[in-house]
Amino acid sequence: MSVTKSEVLRLQASEDIVRVRQAVRAWMVERGFSLVDQTKMVTAASELARNAVDHAGGGIVRMEALVDGGRSGIRLVFEDHGPGIPDMALAMQDGFSTVGGLGLGLGGAKRLANEFAIHSQPGEGTRVAVTRWR
Amino acid sequence: MAEKKTSRIPEILVRHEKDVLEDWLREQMAATTLRKGLMPEAELRRQSDEFLTLFITGCRSGSLADITTSEWAPVRDFLAGTSRSRVTLGFSPSETASFVFSLKQPLFARLREELAKDAAALAEEMWAATVLLDKLGLHTTEVFQQGREEVIKRQQLELLELSTPVVKIWEGILVLPLIGTLDSARTQVVMENLLQNIVDTGSDIAIIDITGVPTVDTLVAQHLLKTVSAAKLMGAQCIISGIRPQIAQTMVHLGVAFGDVVTKASLFDALAFAFRQIGVVISKQQTRS
Amino acid sequence: MDRIPILKLGDFLLVTIQVDMHDRLVMTLQDDLTARVVQDKATGVLIDISSLEMVDSFIGRMLGNIAAMTRVLGAEAVVVGMRPAVAITIVELGLSLHDVRTALNVDKGMEMLRTLVEAPAGEDGHERHEK
Repeated sequence: MSVTKSEVLRLQASEDIVRVRQAVRAWMVERGFSLVDQTKMVTAASELARNAVDHAGGGIVRMEALVDGGRSGIRLVFEDHGPGIPDMALAMQDGFSTVGGLGLGLGGAKRLANEFAIHSQPGEGTRVAVTRWR
Repeated sequence: MAEKKTSRIPEILVRHEKDVLEDWLREQMAATTLRKGLMPEAELRRQSDEFLTLFITGCRSGSLADITTSEWAPVRDFLAGTSRSRVTLGFSPSETASFVFSLKQPLFARLREELAKDAAALAEEMWAATVLLDKLGLHTTEVFQQGREEVIKRQQLELLELSTPVVKIWEGILVLPLIGTLDSARTQVVMENLLQNIVDTGSDIAIIDITGVPTVDTLVAQHLLKTVSAAKLMGAQCIISGIRPQIAQTMVHLGVAFGDVVTKASLFDALAFAFRQIGVVISKQQTRS
Repeated sequence: MDRIPILKLGDFLLVTIQVDMHDRLVMTLQDDLTARVVQDKATGVLIDISSLEMVDSFIGRMLGNIAAMTRVLGAEAVVVGMRPAVAITIVELGLSLHDVRTALNVDKGMEMLRTLVEAPAGEDGHERHEK
């Protein structure tokens, strides 16, 4: 598997969330993903970007275009140096939110992607990677 | 760890490049005498020449044992390109692979010439060469396979669209009669299509009839339920009809929650329900005596 | 600051969302709409999302809030024009929106509003403001 294109976007303000949505949409259109796949990934990106901006004091997202054998994919890696997640199982549960949100961000992003990986260290930060294959 | 020795293959090939190319072309033409005209000789020559150049560079810069590294990317890409174009020209996968395999004979001949005095080195280089060319030949077959699979997938989608028409049975009522086995991928496409149809026709109700579907697994059932939910979100109603007793049993057994999804045993019942929902009454015309 | 325009159509308010909204804009819309319902004594609100290519949990929550707030203010809200890809994604995301009325398009949405508004007062247990 190889990464054929990579770009880093910063996530500091709510405008950045919109920028990430648009960038993800553009990348996926370019790579011929279906409309439903695009919408799912853009929505997942919106959720995860908002997590970084609102709950982690900002972060970055690394967008990667992947090629593996015959198939192409897109991976988004969200990284922040926020407070981290002390209880992962709880955080992944739908409806759980520490800040009055709907608490669908992590679980939702997982359902909307083909691959989901999360790593978090309380006090250090969180990294979430979501991937969609064509 | 074994001492990494530089292979003499690239240097030998460079020295005998012209002869190797001619011999190789002769081998290829001999193999394709049965299918003359698939590719003009000039084009074959051009492809062989280009491959040889890339191959020599690959041997020089990369390891002979591993063709997945970046040094072999130009060769892989070239082979992928020729493989794909040969698919469209009507070559069989073996014919495409033999483009690479037929290079062995000319290469071995030159190796024997140059390494006649060193049997051990000759054996080693011939082995390395044959393994390398085998891998490259197989690579063309893999690309060929992928190309075919893509064609099949595309044709399947087209067939799908033809075989699952959405019928506007009345103003505001759509019927989608599903026939045959449903797999996850097919169901998704069909369902997305149905939802778009609902928007395009401005229908209030869509009936998914699965009378013609012998079995439904959990994944397919989930797609159906998700479609019903999606339709509701959009402001339309989706009902499912034609659920056979066996399917009903399986669904209950699998714990699939139908919740408040309206389901009817027959398309007839579903239609009657739909008409009631949109406020349409069908009555018999009074016959005049 | 940019705002989403709110049009008055008789006793109803019509909002057409056509931009990719950043979070502040979403919240401003929520506030503006609620204020206008009171100000214009509107009995119905139609939110047209047919141009929205994405609805995430934040926007979903806004729609739910608008529905709830307008109901408290004695009006009805209907969201129209949700795209299939958006609906499918919302289902997968797990966003409920069960308390938000929806219709396929503006015409059906208006029809729904008229039916709801003409219903006898107190039908769904809410007080109606006297006009």
